[in-house]
Amino acid sequence: MSKRLSSIIGWGVFVGLVLIAWSFLRTLNWDDLAWYVVSPSTESGRQNLAFLMGGVKYTLLMSITAICISIVLGLIIALPGLSPSPNVRMINRVYVELVRAVPILVLIFWVYYGLPILHDDININVFWAGVIALALSDSAFEAEIFRAGIQSIDKGQLEAADSIGLGYFGRLRYVILPQAIRRILPPLGNQLVYMLKMSSLVSVIGMEELTRRANELVVSTYRPLEIYTVLVLEYLVLILIVSAGVRWLERKLQANESV
Amino acid sequence: MTSIKTATASESAPLIEMRDVVKRYGDFEALGGVSISVNSGQRVVVCGPSGSGKSTLIRCLNQLEKHDAGEIFIDGQRLSQLSASGLRKIRADVGMVFQQFNLFPHLTVLENLTLGPMRTRKLSEDAARKLALDHLEKVHIPEQANKYPRQLSGGQQQRVAIARSLCMEPKILLFDEPTSALDPEMIVEVLDVMVELASTGITMLVVTHEMGFANQVADTIVFMDGGKIVESNDPETFFSNPASERGRAFLKKILRH
Repeated sequence: MSKRLSSIIGWGVFVGLVLIAWSFLRTLNWDDLAWYVVSPSTESGRQNLAFLMGGVKYTLLMSITAICISIVLGLIIALPGLSPSPNVRMINRVYVELVRAVPILVLIFWVYYGLPILHDDININVFWAGVIALALSDSAFEAEIFRAGIQSIDKGQLEAADSIGLGYFGRLRYVILPQAIRRILPPLGNQLVYMLKMSSLVSVIGMEELTRRANELVVSTYRPLEIYTVLVLEYLVLILIVSAGVRWLERKLQANESV
Repeated sequence: MTSIKTATASESAPLIEMRDVVKRYGDFEALGGVSISVNSGQRVVVCGPSGSGKSTLIRCLNQLEKHDAGEIFIDGQRLSQLSASGLRKIRADVGMVFQQFNLFPHLTVLENLTLGPMRTRKLSEDAARKLALDHLEKVHIPEQANKYPRQLSGGQQQRVAIARSLCMEPKILLFDEPTSALDPEMIVEVLDVMVELASTGITMLVVTHEMGFANQVADTIVFMDGGKIVESNDPETFFSNPASERGRAFLKKILRH
């Protein structure tokens, strides 16, 4: 009885939601859409699309450079966090807490407009300002990911490494990191996706990446909905590719371990 | 003149010497002034109730635990005075077999065995590989060389761990309850390997509850209780007529069945 009742309620709710959605969609201004601005079937549409997608290489170049730097920097910052000495650990804490507290947009402004004032020879172009700001910000998060991953390795592994005479770096390189990387990969993949999205912020200082180009086209065509929809799809595709890459890597590492 | 003197000195000096070694964990004194001396080729079994400091004692010998007071000498070298690289050299000479095996799960059996020889002893890959296969033969599992640790049984894993220590060609082998994590039917295969090892003349310090093994292999039984060495005796005397009351009580408990 109660099963039947809940099934009736379930269908009722469903039909209600569909009706609400329908009545909402009916009020939208579908006729005002002008997909031709980004349509591959018209000459101007093709031009606009090419212009929008031209930003991909800058978005990718900037993100990949920043990610590579931030992974190295993150590992360097993570290591003192694993020291038995509280003073050495403090180096890690101060860096992480400080850098993590700065919004990425603020860091971009600080690096691009602020840093050159420090010294006459410092002249940072938009690309490197973006890379530095993204890498710095990301390194603090990655330091925490690395620290957690390394700390999750069983203490017996460290003792076994010690007992065959491996030193600090030998232990790290041959015993700890190969095991930690498998556990680090999922949160690291998360962070890569996040970084790729955050690169859109660098548009504010004039970097000609995806978001900047979309903004410029919106200003000249007055078609924000269509163009930003394309922009959303561009990020979606990029991120799906990154996700697939990370998953492929995860599978590969797992297969390696349990052949 | 001096070189001859040191040479004779190191020949007659014990391979391992502990003098009044103290180890504390917070307020708990795990070792309360332990002195022991082991000559080259000796086979010492350390036994005693749990929490008596047996594991701490052998973990201090390769400095997995740093002692708080007293002195430890390995091959005449004072451990507390060693640099990091000096300590690495000592550790290469002092093999350790753990209760939980502690094999490297991301490496094959062969890679587990060649890592130390290649990275610490700087052997070539070929030489390390040959060495590893030799020692796998000695622990009777040469056919498992390309498997991963998780594909092996506990007994096989522990034998790989023993082979891993042997690949460092150590002067001293430490065993920290090597059969305590094993299913009963696998204990024998590990003990057999250890008995064979003992006959090669390597210096062994074994923490174990396997009194049959102790009786068969040890030339000295060290009985510990409460962080102190209560009794140090040859196995015959210890098992038939222990000198200490606590030793007697311990044997009674452990040999009941």
